[in-house]
Amino acid sequence: MTATTVDDRIVAAGTETQWQLIWGRFRRHRLAVFSGIVLILLYLSAALAEFIAPQDPHAFNARFTFAPPQSINLLDRNDEGRLIFRPHVNGYAVEVDPVALRRTFVTDPEEKIPLRLFGKSEPYRLMGFIPMQHKLITVEDSRTPLFLLGADRLGRDVLSRLIHGTRISLSVGLIGVIMSLVIGLVVGGLSGYYGGLFDLIVQRVIEFLRSLPTIPLWMGLAAALPRDWDALAIYFAVTIILSLIGWTELARVVRGRFLALKTEDYVTAARIDGASDLRIVMRHMVPAFTSHIIAAASLAVPGMILAETALSFLGLGLQAPIISWGVLLQEAQNIRAVATAPWLLWPGAAVIVAVLTMNFLGDGMRDAADPYAQ
Amino acid sequence: MTPRETAIALEPADQSAAVPAPEVADEILAIVDLETHFTMRRGNLKAVDKVSLSLRAGDTLCVVGESGSGKSVTARSILNIVKPGRIVGGRISFKPGDDAPIHLSDLDPYGPAIRAVRGGHISMIFQEPMSSLSPVHTIGSQIIEAIRLHQPIEKKEAREQAISLLKQVQIPDPEIAVDRYAFQYSGGMRQRAMIAMALANKPKVLIADEPTTALDVTTQAEILKLIKSLQRDYGMAVLFITHDMGVVAEMADHVAVMRDGKVLEYGDVDQIFSRPQHPHTQDLIGAARLMESGPAAKVAGTLSEEPILQVRNLNLAFGTTHGMLRRHRAVVHALRDVSFDLRAGEALGVVGESGSGKTTLARCLVGLYKVDSGSAMFTRGDGSTTDLCGRGGFGDRSLYTEIRMIFQDPFASLNPRMTVEQIVAEPMIVNRACPKSELRSRVADLLESVELPADVMDRYPHAFSGGQRQRIGIARAIALNPRLVLADEATSALDGSLRAQVLDLLLKLRSRLGLSFIFISHDIGVIRYFCERMAVMRRGEIVEIGPSQSICDNPQHAYTQELLAAVPRADPKQSRLRG
Repeated sequence: MTATTVDDRIVAAGTETQWQLIWGRFRRHRLAVFSGIVLILLYLSAALAEFIAPQDPHAFNARFTFAPPQSINLLDRNDEGRLIFRPHVNGYAVEVDPVALRRTFVTDPEEKIPLRLFGKSEPYRLMGFIPMQHKLITVEDSRTPLFLLGADRLGRDVLSRLIHGTRISLSVGLIGVIMSLVIGLVVGGLSGYYGGLFDLIVQRVIEFLRSLPTIPLWMGLAAALPRDWDALAIYFAVTIILSLIGWTELARVVRGRFLALKTEDYVTAARIDGASDLRIVMRHMVPAFTSHIIAAASLAVPGMILAETALSFLGLGLQAPIISWGVLLQEAQNIRAVATAPWLLWPGAAVIVAVLTMNFLGDGMRDAADPYAQ
Repeated sequence: MTPRETAIALEPADQSAAVPAPEVADEILAIVDLETHFTMRRGNLKAVDKVSLSLRAGDTLCVVGESGSGKSVTARSILNIVKPGRIVGGRISFKPGDDAPIHLSDLDPYGPAIRAVRGGHISMIFQEPMSSLSPVHTIGSQIIEAIRLHQPIEKKEAREQAISLLKQVQIPDPEIAVDRYAFQYSGGMRQRAMIAMALANKPKVLIADEPTTALDVTTQAEILKLIKSLQRDYGMAVLFITHDMGVVAEMADHVAVMRDGKVLEYGDVDQIFSRPQHPHTQDLIGAARLMESGPAAKVAGTLSEEPILQVRNLNLAFGTTHGMLRRHRAVVHALRDVSFDLRAGEALGVVGESGSGKTTLARCLVGLYKVDSGSAMFTRGDGSTTDLCGRGGFGDRSLYTEIRMIFQDPFASLNPRMTVEQIVAEPMIVNRACPKSELRSRVADLLESVELPADVMDRYPHAFSGGQRQRIGIARAIALNPRLVLADEATSALDGSLRAQVLDLLLKLRSRLGLSFIFISHDIGVIRYFCERMAVMRRGEIVEIGPSQSICDNPQHAYTQELLAAVPRADPKQSRLRG
């Protein structure tokens, strides 16, 4: 009581909207703001994957099987021996172990492969429809190797595959959450607003769904997918499977908010204004918890990403030629591959970064969601 | 600089110099130039600004002020429990008789030295006993813990002490009650248990922070009496925080009036009440006495004999089920054969303590609850009658344009996501009562009629104080030119002078718009001030109904008499606890 009156005296103007208050609070959560920026970059690179990825993710080259990552050198000596700015990578020299007959790559300091920003490349379509023929980083001669994060067992560029995998993995999370949000909002909203028998049944169904062990359930559902579906259909089927289970959490959040808001005086006031149920919900109740829902949804995205990764890792989710972080990690399943080519674990790092930043962002949003709480 | 600090700087110097701390011989607690600040998003809030108070042994000092005046923070500063605030200046000295004084403000707020004082020499009771008591421990174990924190005795002995403490605070069957939980106690019993806990170590000073504000008036009278008699037995000094001048007159030996973190006036209780010096003190006393007399402003216009509402034999019972198989059904009769008439233009007050069914009655009349039986025939503007409690009564939503409601809590009843304009315009939009182009000017008119400037329209509710918010709620209620207004504890969340201002505003609107009112309150003074007639409710029944003045002057029913006797008078000469 005292705290509120105290605040009243200070907020002289009071014309800040709720969103301005939320933004003000969110901005003070440094980690969340930083995570937000990282996530924006991640999603940008997912959207612009063709442009950012130096190579075609499916292009293979048997000469560079398990080639290690190259490092970018920014400076070079020109013909007179002076240092100049000329970014380049070094080429590979292959040494063959005479006993084990194992080929190993060493960097060849003599071979310098200059890099170019926005250089010309094979023509491609950005996001599938914008024709372009420039990429962020290119090499002059397309036959020279460029493997900034190394190559996999078929000599494909891990970095390019990782960037393309970002697109699938992040969109699975987002689309899956949006689908579960729709189901959760409708079911949870009806359940919370009308209550009664419907609420009772819905809650028992949710409890049942949540009591199912998820991995076997996914496995069962994924195994039920017909083998002859194409990759895209499987992709959509997997997101649907994930959201069919993921909606329960969001439905509970929505129901809880409805239950809490239903008894608020200002909702009763709206009812006494003679407002219809639809108007009460849309005008008075939904704005009160959109921020909570956004926060809950953003906390649900990493769960989806992890679930997709887990499914694909087990070989039940997405299948090659679709590239996702889980599919990429499948490559790193055997210990020998990891021992000889630890760079195959980079997709794992991407998963960790994405999940952590989303959790931090969701935390920050949840704290900011109720700007009136002290 | 915050706007508020500017305001302080502009105050004349002689006023901000406040009242000098009096030097007293048997002083037990001295507060000198205390400053407690809170760091807020927009600067520093001086919640307590150079406050000096002095408490004598065995004496009662009442600190009175409206909400936000800094009275609670002052009390909390004594025990240094002001997080997230900070004590930035001044000195609080506790002088336990022969020993050297302890300077409480210099102690580490987490250190053992101050912990020995808290609950030992100085204990505190709070407004909300339910949230101050642990729900998962028995009352007894909480008292025993309080005892054993300060005294090296065995659990068994402490338990004996706990039982005798409960006996002292007049809890029936203390041997059984000691093993009960907080939720099994009523509000008054919880506060008694809190007092028992506070007394566990025979403190020299008891700080009571609005201990009776959450209680019904009859319970309040009992608790005040209990504190007074325990104070005598233990020889404690009591620092009593309240906003209620009536309680001050009952309890105080000395009074400090606070506003905006400053002590405006300090003095003997008789002197404060008979010769208040500061205008704010005069306002507070005036507002309290206003509610003790009959209605000051008479409503213009004559009352018609035509009833606008005829309520007949309303019955409503809430069933609660217990046990695994839902076998036991305990039935609470919220309304029992409630009948009354309301004439057009009349204000009927409904008074009763919590649980008397008065709010249920209001909710039935606006269709939020369905009654079990009975009818409420409402005469509409066009002369037809509708049964408000009948089937489909409020199926016709246009009924809501004629019957409106004002809510108790000005903080909860306004949507924080909507601007003032949207809030006030909402009923007109919903009922298509006003063309879109004229909406804004209509809202401006309405705001003006509740005495708010029209340029606040684009602000959000969080920018307003409680009184201003209640005005916005009133503007919303009258937006549709209603004929009947139900005010459910409309002024209970406001204190002192604000309450009087809002009541006067409602009186003005009543005569201007010809409104009929059903005014629900636990405060018989408010009802007497506002309503021509009153109905006294108890356990769902109307026990007495009649003209306000004659009920107050000559109550017939025993319960009404008890209710009236329990109301503290803002006059120390009429105090029943003194002498």
